Amino acid sequence: MSSTAVTAPTFQSDPTWDTQLQSQRRKSFRKLLTGLAFISPWIIGAAIFQVYPFFASLYYSFRDTTMLNNGSYIGLDNYRDLLHDDLFWRSLKNTFYYTIAYVLIGSVLAVGLALLLNRDVSGQGIYRSVIYLPTIVPLVAASVVWIYILHPAYGPLNYQLSRAGLPTPGWFSDPTWAMPGLVLIGLWGIGNVVIIYLAGLQDIPVELYEAAEMDGASTLRKHRDVTLPLLTPVILFNSIIGLISGFQYFVEPYVITQGGPADSTMTYGLYLYQNAFEYFKMGYASAMAWILFVIIMAVTLLVMRSSSKWVFYQGR
Amino acid sequence: MAIAGEVNSRPSTAMGAGRRTAEFGGKLRAGTVLTHLGLIIVCFAFFVPFVWMITTSLKENAQIIAWPPTWLPNPFAWSNYTDALDEVPFFRYGWNTVLISVLSIAGSLVSNTIVAYGFSRIEWPGRDVVFVFVLASMMLPFQVTMIPLFIVFSKIGWTNSMLPLTVPFFFGHAFYIFLLRQFFNGIPRDFSDAARLEGANELQILWQIIVPLSKPALITVALFQFLASWKDFLGPLLYLNDEDKWTLSLGLANMQSSMGLSQFGQIMAVSTMIVIPVLIAFLLAQRYFIQGIATSGIKG
Repeated sequence: MSSTAVTAPTFQSDPTWDTQLQSQRRKSFRKLLTGLAFISPWIIGAAIFQVYPFFASLYYSFRDTTMLNNGSYIGLDNYRDLLHDDLFWRSLKNTFYYTIAYVLIGSVLAVGLALLLNRDVSGQGIYRSVIYLPTIVPLVAASVVWIYILHPAYGPLNYQLSRAGLPTPGWFSDPTWAMPGLVLIGLWGIGNVVIIYLAGLQDIPVELYEAAEMDGASTLRKHRDVTLPLLTPVILFNSIIGLISGFQYFVEPYVITQGGPADSTMTYGLYLYQNAFEYFKMGYASAMAWILFVIIMAVTLLVMRSSSKWVFYQGR
Repeated sequence: MAIAGEVNSRPSTAMGAGRRTAEFGGKLRAGTVLTHLGLIIVCFAFFVPFVWMITTSLKENAQIIAWPPTWLPNPFAWSNYTDALDEVPFFRYGWNTVLISVLSIAGSLVSNTIVAYGFSRIEWPGRDVVFVFVLASMMLPFQVTMIPLFIVFSKIGWTNSMLPLTVPFFFGHAFYIFLLRQFFNGIPRDFSDAARLEGANELQILWQIIVPLSKPALITVALFQFLASWKDFLGPLLYLNDEDKWTLSLGLANMQSSMGLSQFGQIMAVSTMIVIPVLIAFLLAQRYFIQGIATSGIKG
């Protein structure tokens, strides 16, 4: 409010304190209007593209809406049907599988890579670029490349595995291995998570490492007692982002497996899409969307609440 | 690399200075070599799919399905590229994708700059409470809004056009608002106060003072939006029905489902042509990418 401070002296000549207060108020009201005017695109956009659809999908979830037809009110039928829909449960299970595997393995991998990329050696710029590169590849292009790399009969990965005397999984043709294959593709694109960890590592004060060294701490101890605790806020952030995007996982299973084999890669996002845009069960799919929303909220809150036990904030 | 300059050199070199220097130097060198070795192995694993994509795009189909797989194309089958261009309207898809990207970037730059200014450089009652709502809106999964939006867009006749894929970006997006607000907050207040004293209004301050100082942040927003539009698959899948309106990702997915492994060389040729523009964008401006992502995490 420095601008009010600048103009304040003129008000002292005002005859009464009352008018001064009034003009202060008018000024703050004008600021409110200006502020609202500037953010108005967001308010309008949020109302049209987020708030309205948010409630509309709740409304549709109580109706047997199809693509062409608004349908009629059917109460909780969609939700009841979902409880008896095996594929719904299967997709939920698959999605939890993918998300948990991606977040857990991804966190360990990303922190490890960030530690490597943070070492003071030459050429780090190039190393960092290479790790980051896969994240800019369009998901469809990444998917088709990996279809070939993981192809059980022609793919180079299984060839190398067989040469090393290791078992050669059927990947996307084997219900047990299809999901791990998708997780592998997800981990290939871990680069932006790595960059966020890298930024977090560089926020850790050097003095803490110096102090640990004075006490004769080994590299391992330094990482366990200094790096890891100070990185926990970043781990929390990345885990939540990973969870939210994991629950919406769609493109790779759509392009690569269409949910197969034997529904082993039918993710929640894919089944929801099929219901809405292939079977035109918009009401049913809306019920799924709301259940997804509630799950994401619940899991996020759970993680946030657990954070007081394991997240360490500097200076608190 | 922007971050490279700020890397804290790990202070292990200070340890035990003066004592048994020769042995210590040897240890340090071994550590450096091990680090390089680890990084090279990891980078190899991350880079191999690119190499495989490009080499496969130059292989004949007989070689693609031959066992064992071989690395180098023999003979070089440039025809995959020309055949693919004959087979699918690649340039049509490309033009559609560019158009959607450019419109989305324009919308994102204009709207998010204005909105972020309202959240950072003007102080109005309730501002920070509203900003919490902006951040919270990022939590809303696309699946929840997807169906009602599709119904609305079909009712007003916007399906099978690029309008649903571009118009929403003219109304701001939480992530970009957050990014620009962070940047605007870092610009000293004195700059705009001085202009205000000279009678400039808020729009003039934004345009004449804030925008010129915020070029790096604006470039980051433009790049992220370019990447988002270029990569988007679900949006075009929902809204673009006619083949002559498809984007590159949509066209490639269709190639994959209709040709499969029988024309894999062509599919890899198209993949390569889709990846190259983003690769160039990244190489030209990687520090803006990295900065943008790092900012998003540090505030978390």
